Amino acid sequence: AAPLTGKPTAYKVPDKLTPKKDVTTYNNFYEFGTDKSDPANNSGKFKPTPWTVEIGGLVAKPQKISIEDIMSSFTMEDRIYRMRCVEAWSMVIPWIGFPLSALLDKVEPLGSAKYVAFETVVRPDEMPGQSGFFQSINWPYVDGLRLDEARNPLTILATGLYGETLPNQNGAPLRLVVPWKYGFKGIKSIVKITLTEKQPPCTWNILAPNEYGFYANVNPKVDHPRWSQATERRIGESAGLFGGARIDTLPFNGYGEQVAGLYKGMDLTKFY
Amino acid sequence: MADFKLSARQKSLSIWALYAIGLLPGLYAFYLGIFGGLGADPVREFEHRLGLWALRLLCLGLAVTPLRDLFKVNLIAYRRALGLLAFYYVLAHFAVYLALDRGLIFSSILGDILKRPYIMLGMLGLVLLIPLALTSNRWSIRKLGSKWNTLHKASYIILAAELLHFVLSRKSFTLEPATYTAIVLVLLGYRLIRPKIMAAKRKNSARMRAT
Repeated sequence: AAPLTGKPTAYKVPDKLTPKKDVTTYNNFYEFGTDKSDPANNSGKFKPTPWTVEIGGLVAKPQKISIEDIMSSFTMEDRIYRMRCVEAWSMVIPWIGFPLSALLDKVEPLGSAKYVAFETVVRPDEMPGQSGFFQSINWPYVDGLRLDEARNPLTILATGLYGETLPNQNGAPLRLVVPWKYGFKGIKSIVKITLTEKQPPCTWNILAPNEYGFYANVNPKVDHPRWSQATERRIGESAGLFGGARIDTLPFNGYGEQVAGLYKGMDLTKFY
Repeated sequence: MADFKLSARQKSLSIWALYAIGLLPGLYAFYLGIFGGLGADPVREFEHRLGLWALRLLCLGLAVTPLRDLFKVNLIAYRRALGLLAFYYVLAHFAVYLALDRGLIFSSILGDILKRPYIMLGMLGLVLLIPLALTSNRWSIRKLGSKWNTLHKASYIILAAELLHFVLSRKSFTLEPATYTAIVLVLLGYRLIRPKIMAAKRKNSARMRAT
């Protein structure tokens, strides 16, 4: 990872930052293995450059754009966000990135576009979790957002964290960050962005539709069918066994003021 | 299998050694946990390690009979130690869940137990293990006679419950739960075909004697 700085912004939560060591060694990135330590241990061979993202679908200006062009065309910003995993743990991460809406403006979505679909790279030679006998996911990993969710100012494409470009295990060179949704919506190592009219498929929703919905908004009142979402454990609060108490999970992960309006009139127990 | 025999003294020493070795993974995890060696989420890691060792010890305990039947490896003397070790790990796992994971907030714990099938299954295993642990002594075996065997068949239910508890607590069915599922299916499936295997064996040895 190379040094990277962002422009200071007001988008920062006052919570204590999760130590960088934990942010970069405790990851879910099944492309590198299903254990939390696998991504950091198995991503050494992954090459995040050269990299091109293909943006198409219902847009006026479809294009292929290199990561260098992305870095130079958009103003990188500092964003300190809470990250709540669906597994009931959370972190506070200083991201560097830019609003997804800026990229969408560049490609000019057509009036018929309602959703944004994302796709992760497939490279079995560099991503050991994508090869082998037992595969838990059909690659590529895919996910999506409603267009208005994608245009919300909180939604960013991250290119770095903690003052440097993204480490491979965190989704280099470009990943989505949607802080009011469970972490698995933050699709990593993006190669394709497609504007669509229909709701795009999402990997976890396909795997277990009754457990993971399309929206996946953080919601302490809607439990995962197998475990509670009312509380979470903040990673890095305590290195030892004692003192790492649970904290209450907030609706929309604490970002309700900015995003609750997106879901006005929707039954969030049904559209989970 | 080579027919080597341990003296009674050696045998009892080896059983005590098994208890000591069996407790080591738990003590080591506790040591790591105290000194920050269990990674980013130490409570969860400690809880999981204890639970996983309980499952492994249960599997080993239920492997004793098929090993004796099929491979003439007789480890029956160690079965009680394996079962009791599994019980201690389940107890420790539960204690960590109550005290460190849920922080002894009993209102939320009760709701958790009642609403979550995987926690109910874990509790079922723990509750069923208690009478087995209490009757794991010579006096009970003598006193209960054939009822002891029937009672200790509860170990099959315990293993099935604890396996499901483990599988359901995971986000997805990955290689690790798949491996344990396969092992448990073999161990429990063997119990279904065991009467046939034993009958065939008896017939065989009767024929051997007759000729």
